[in-house]
Amino acid sequence: MRRVFVVGAGLTKVGQHWDRSLKDLLAEAGLKAMEDAGVDEVEAIFVGNMMSGILNGQESLGSLAADYLGLTGVPAFKVEAACASGGAALMQGVLAVKSGLFDRVLVVGVEKMTDATDTADVTSGLATAADFELELFFGASFVSLNALVMRLYASEHGLSEEEFGHLPILMHKNAVDVEHAQLRFEINMEKYLDSPYVAEPIRLLDSSPIGDGAAAVVLSAGSSPPSDRSVEVAGFWSATETLALCDREDLLRPKSIRAAVRKALEMAGLEIGDVSVVQIHDAFSIVGYLCIEGAGLAEPGRAPAFIESGEANRDGSIPINPEGGLKARGHPVGATGIYQVVELYRQLLGEAGPSQVEGARHGLAINVGGVASNVVAHVLRRVD
Amino acid sequence: MWSYRVSPVVFWRRRASLYRLEGSRCSSCGHVTISRRVKCPRCGGDMEPCSLPQRGRVISFTVVNTPPRGFEYYTPYVLALVELDGGGRVLAQLTDVDPSEVEQGMEVEAVVRRVRVSGKGGIIVYGYKFRPVLHP
Repeated sequence: MRRVFVVGAGLTKVGQHWDRSLKDLLAEAGLKAMEDAGVDEVEAIFVGNMMSGILNGQESLGSLAADYLGLTGVPAFKVEAACASGGAALMQGVLAVKSGLFDRVLVVGVEKMTDATDTADVTSGLATAADFELELFFGASFVSLNALVMRLYASEHGLSEEEFGHLPILMHKNAVDVEHAQLRFEINMEKYLDSPYVAEPIRLLDSSPIGDGAAAVVLSAGSSPPSDRSVEVAGFWSATETLALCDREDLLRPKSIRAAVRKALEMAGLEIGDVSVVQIHDAFSIVGYLCIEGAGLAEPGRAPAFIESGEANRDGSIPINPEGGLKARGHPVGATGIYQVVELYRQLLGEAGPSQVEGARHGLAINVGGVASNVVAHVLRRVD
Repeated sequence: MWSYRVSPVVFWRRRASLYRLEGSRCSSCGHVTISRRVKCPRCGGDMEPCSLPQRGRVISFTVVNTPPRGFEYYTPYVLALVELDGGGRVLAQLTDVDPSEVEQGMEVEAVVRRVRVSGKGGIIVYGYKFRPVLHP
């Protein structure tokens, strides 16, 4: 099968972009990626986005992207898989190039969340990732469904509330020197335990912030690396789980995370121990811990202790989210999966600045949609 | 939750589930679900209609402080995952109980209650909620 490479990347700062629209953000990231790749044309565009219809009154993002990137005429459409929309769009882009029909495509993830000024509207929008009839109808919000899982996790493994704080504390520490991050300040255990519950036992400081952002990559085909700034997409896979929590066999070990990671690594001919840097989907601390365990980095119930041990620090044996992850870099939902991969791309090129992981060779990104009802994993490989 | 006026049929067609706790049982693996479906979400086997038990216990719960649109009136409210006696799980609000008294393992029973009102002049929607068992 032909090889696929990331040959350029671009992103916007994550945050509250009062002066920028969905179109502005998408165009900025897309054009930056194309400029980074040194190209002014692509053959197709894949847009990752979750809530433009709900929050911005705008669908048809494929046409919008082609139009505002000055590429009218090329095939382009939106891919949606809740919070894994970015990863899902990337996988479609990779498949398109693998198919042999396209040699160069653009994948851009975007979410413009702050146009809705009422939190209830954003909460309702995010909740559409869950099962409408069986969950949302009864007043479930997205955070409350994750809270049910977190309480089960704590009781099954006998964990105190304090133990959940290790991941958000590390994420905030990592984001301080990352220019595109949304929350560039440190927190400590005292602040963590003082933060209010959003849905008990999930605290405000367990939760990723609401923010706008867009990120993009250019993918190119080749039997060898097309440029000296190429990183190979060595493996990828996606897997699903039940939409509603009530139908799930094991709420603490969703088969979607395990399957997506295992198959992506398999395709790359790697084991988890070969990976130099991992991007996990810490939309809430509990989701991050389930990613760590689903990837096989820690035994069930041991993910918080794994983070506390320092092994996941930037200078640890397997750094996790060196740019601050969803918690502190930010989580512009449909763009998040692309942010993860842009950050890995820079890590593997040695261009990650202060967040650089020494000698990074293989990167793994885990992008989780819904309460792990849809998971996309990508493995990137440095080209020597 | 909706930015448009919802047709009453959305709730009418779910009446067996919402008012009588009718769902489906898998003829292959025995999984019980509150939804009406043809194929089992766990094993892919064929499902048949069945009635779910009306009692169970709380296996996890949370208190919602920032509600989705339409639930402001009830906030804060308890949302629980209930494991029914004899199999099957449902997600529902707990009612007739102080949030601070809810705990994992608590025995609960199904009741029909008002779930939401969709705006001024909108329809009043009923469905199941669970309360602590009255006569253990």
